[in-house]
Amino acid sequence: MSDREEAEGPEVPEGAGVPEGAVAPRRVIGTPPATPPLLPGEEAPEGRGGRGGPGSRGDQVLAQAAAGDGEVVAEGESEERLPAVPEYPEHARNAEKIVALCFTIAFLAGCGFIAAYVGLEVHSVDAVFRSNLALGLSLSVIMLGLGFGSIIWVRHLMPDAELTEHRHDPRSTDKERAAFAEYFEEATTASQFVKRPLVRRTLLLATLPLAAIPIVLLRDTGPQPGTSLRHTVWSPGRRLLVYGTNQPITPAEFSASGGMITIVPDGYTDDPDALAKATVIIIKFRPGELQIPTRYNGTTVIGTMNWTVDNIVAYSKICTHVGCPVALYEQTTHHILCPCHQSTFDATTGATVIFGPAPRPLPQLPLTTDAQGYLVARSDFTQPVGPSFWERG
Amino acid sequence: MTEPVDIPKALSGTGSWLDDRFGGARSLRVLLRKVFPDHWSFMLGEIALYSFVILLLSGTFLSLFFVPSMTEVVYHGSYVKLDGIRMSEAYQSTLNISFDVRGGLLMRQIHHWAADLFMASLMIHMLRVFFTGAYRKPREVTWLIGVTIFGLGLVEGLFGYSLPDDQLSGAGLRIFEGVLQGIPIVGTYLAFFLFGGPFPGNSIVPRMYILHVLLIPGLLLALITAHVFLVFHQKHTAMPAINQTDRIETGQPFFPYFIAKTTAWFFFVFAVCAMLATFAQINPIWLYGPYTPVAISSASQPDFYMWILEGALREMPAWEWNFLGHTVSFSVLIPFAVPLTVILGGAAVWPFFERWATGDKSYHHANDRPRNAPVRTSVGVAAMVFYGVLWAEGANDVIADKLQVPLYTVTWIARFLTFVGPAVGYYATRRICLGLQRKDRERLEHGLETGIIRQLPSGEFIEVERPLDEEERAVLEAKKVPALLPAPAAEDENGVPPPQTRGLMGRARVIANRAFAETVVVEADGHGNGHGNGHGPEEHAAVGTAGDGHAELPSGGDGPDGESGGS
Repeated sequence: MSDREEAEGPEVPEGAGVPEGAVAPRRVIGTPPATPPLLPGEEAPEGRGGRGGPGSRGDQVLAQAAAGDGEVVAEGESEERLPAVPEYPEHARNAEKIVALCFTIAFLAGCGFIAAYVGLEVHSVDAVFRSNLALGLSLSVIMLGLGFGSIIWVRHLMPDAELTEHRHDPRSTDKERAAFAEYFEEATTASQFVKRPLVRRTLLLATLPLAAIPIVLLRDTGPQPGTSLRHTVWSPGRRLLVYGTNQPITPAEFSASGGMITIVPDGYTDDPDALAKATVIIIKFRPGELQIPTRYNGTTVIGTMNWTVDNIVAYSKICTHVGCPVALYEQTTHHILCPCHQSTFDATTGATVIFGPAPRPLPQLPLTTDAQGYLVARSDFTQPVGPSFWERG
Repeated sequence: MTEPVDIPKALSGTGSWLDDRFGGARSLRVLLRKVFPDHWSFMLGEIALYSFVILLLSGTFLSLFFVPSMTEVVYHGSYVKLDGIRMSEAYQSTLNISFDVRGGLLMRQIHHWAADLFMASLMIHMLRVFFTGAYRKPREVTWLIGVTIFGLGLVEGLFGYSLPDDQLSGAGLRIFEGVLQGIPIVGTYLAFFLFGGPFPGNSIVPRMYILHVLLIPGLLLALITAHVFLVFHQKHTAMPAINQTDRIETGQPFFPYFIAKTTAWFFFVFAVCAMLATFAQINPIWLYGPYTPVAISSASQPDFYMWILEGALREMPAWEWNFLGHTVSFSVLIPFAVPLTVILGGAAVWPFFERWATGDKSYHHANDRPRNAPVRTSVGVAAMVFYGVLWAEGANDVIADKLQVPLYTVTWIARFLTFVGPAVGYYATRRICLGLQRKDRERLEHGLETGIIRQLPSGEFIEVERPLDEEERAVLEAKKVPALLPAPAAEDENGVPPPQTRGLMGRARVIANRAFAETVVVEADGHGNGHGNGHGPEEHAAVGTAGDGHAELPSGGDGPDGESGGS
């Protein structure tokens, strides 16, 4: 490498592609022998007599590329060689020790991982956290040991070397393209595809239903929606049960200061499909606070005072935006807030929207009491609950 | 020391055996010697690749224990706080993975952190590719594959964190279902078919499971393979330098250097995932409880890559359209469709738009420095601001809480910034890019300030300037400026404007072209057309009339003074 002359070739600036370590190893260290065939210690495979020795390394890859070929060097040509030894042998010896240390630490951590796996039980929160710490820590150390070991190896043990190569635009030559086009034309002609429209068209015809079949096959993945989104399980006389205790409630048991109570329908307390639509909140107001308008946006009936009992009003808990439970209630302002996207509803005025993306008030569930005085539904909701859908109207 | 390594018989024998049969020695040699240009930003894509490998490894482990079933069971396991609670088998098996499988919690947390790392590194990797123009010919397909990987990653992540059927992910699914229902005409059917009936049904977890562990990972694996293959085949781009141009590339060979460095990088990525899983708890589903549609926990946030959708949903006003017995809910539809279409769709068409606007059909292997492509860089920043505002709005309740600002104020600011932010980002970035170009020009023309003051015989003090060395020059001179399309005003002798500038599209193209061609002309470059005004007071006397960069159609007398700079 010492005898390298600077790179030639007009577009290559001086010094391009010179390995950084190029200065250190001199030829005195020994001339690399001619490269043996495939791998040293083997018979030469046929037709490959090795590449004529090191040649003048200074002749850049570029010279070879100038010949128009960036591929493997043919016989007699030369290319940049990688230096055999690192620039600073003393430095490398230290690096070697550090790399070995890193790998040893990784080994020990690996043993530690297995020991922690065998030795540490789980089955309780504390034990799991202990096990997680031990396993995770040892796994981290394995990876760090291997990572640092490898990177120090590359950076400080391997001689620093860079190669410069020509880039080749991927485009085929015009000749190659023409040859391709020629054969393609031949082949299409031979296939008769162009000449016989009957075959071509019937083939295309046959693929049409075939392409539709995967979509058709998905039909039985679910029932048709029908009108199911318009109804919930609430029906006249169905009791309101307090979520959690599943007990019915009388108007008297619900004190005015009690804020908001989540209600589930009697008979469906463990049915997620029913609850996803039928869950309700009830709020009790002081007399005069509640003023539900009979009309909203001019026409739509969303509720009425007639549907309340003893100043208790029931609204759907399913947000009209995308269906989150509207779980937050601010007693001082009587605002109901959806924690997902912050649609805010005014509970005193029929849960009309005062902020956020929800397009409609929360539907009101008509209430009454049954013979035992418990709160029951007067009927189902009079409009679909939950998010908008195309058929809603 | 310099003796060639004695290769063991076993290895050389195997090599010959293989080559006798497959004949790979020739191409394998090319592969081993393949040059990999180096730059720190090239490791970003590798993070994504290795996160994916970690996801496959940890995910396989989890699938041995996870039960993708919504069958209801009563829990009597190790986590006593949930004893006697009804839950799905999916949730129960996730509890079991966490509390009864040794290493289970670690693997769950590695899996989740690796997923977040995958998406985060994809984002930053895409930004790197965008800002350096690495997507240009011949690498457009690689870019499109990357955009697809990102889109699939979003769905894969959503399905993944929804599988445990806990309270938080169930709320996410509920939103997903509500959004599906909001799609006009087919939405209700889509939701019913996907969920196998009304929400939540019994089918969604097993269905998401098979999509999450087979279909989408299979697609991702195929796309990632194609992506990496193309990077190999077309060679990696390089940041411009004296030995990194469109014609040559410089770097360390694949074997032994790159393979060792990239392996080390894999270990580091794995180490980061392992350390996060050890010290940073993620998705503690036992604290959330099993899903019930009745309840919700406040401050429900999905994983960070979903915040853009979440934020868009949060800031959207309540717009809905009722007509002829049908409902179109824009307050769902727009947040669902528009932001991702703008970001991902915009990313997908950008290379072709740029090509159309610049008329640049040549190959590019050396990247652009972001400052040298002001329009691209500014559009990228505008997109980042747009994304960032929606992303932050996805945590508007947390922001309001931490900063003690009213919630609605945060949302109003976000609504405002969604539109104004990108415009400001665009304008400011363009100015900064041109400013940096100006600095480059100064360096080229006057060199670097050395800080040494010298007194001239005349008594005058000057600062000694050191001219740039060759390598520094090469970086600065690598700048390319898109060619100028002929201005519509540039009629030929018959008064006919050039064909490519006719019509509405032609005019739009000229406008875009003028914006792209805006530049600070470098006199020293010698290729530019700025001779004569390079040193003038006109600071960025850009090509043609794009003078002040507003890319207006040139008016009559102010026509272009020739083709653009750049070579």
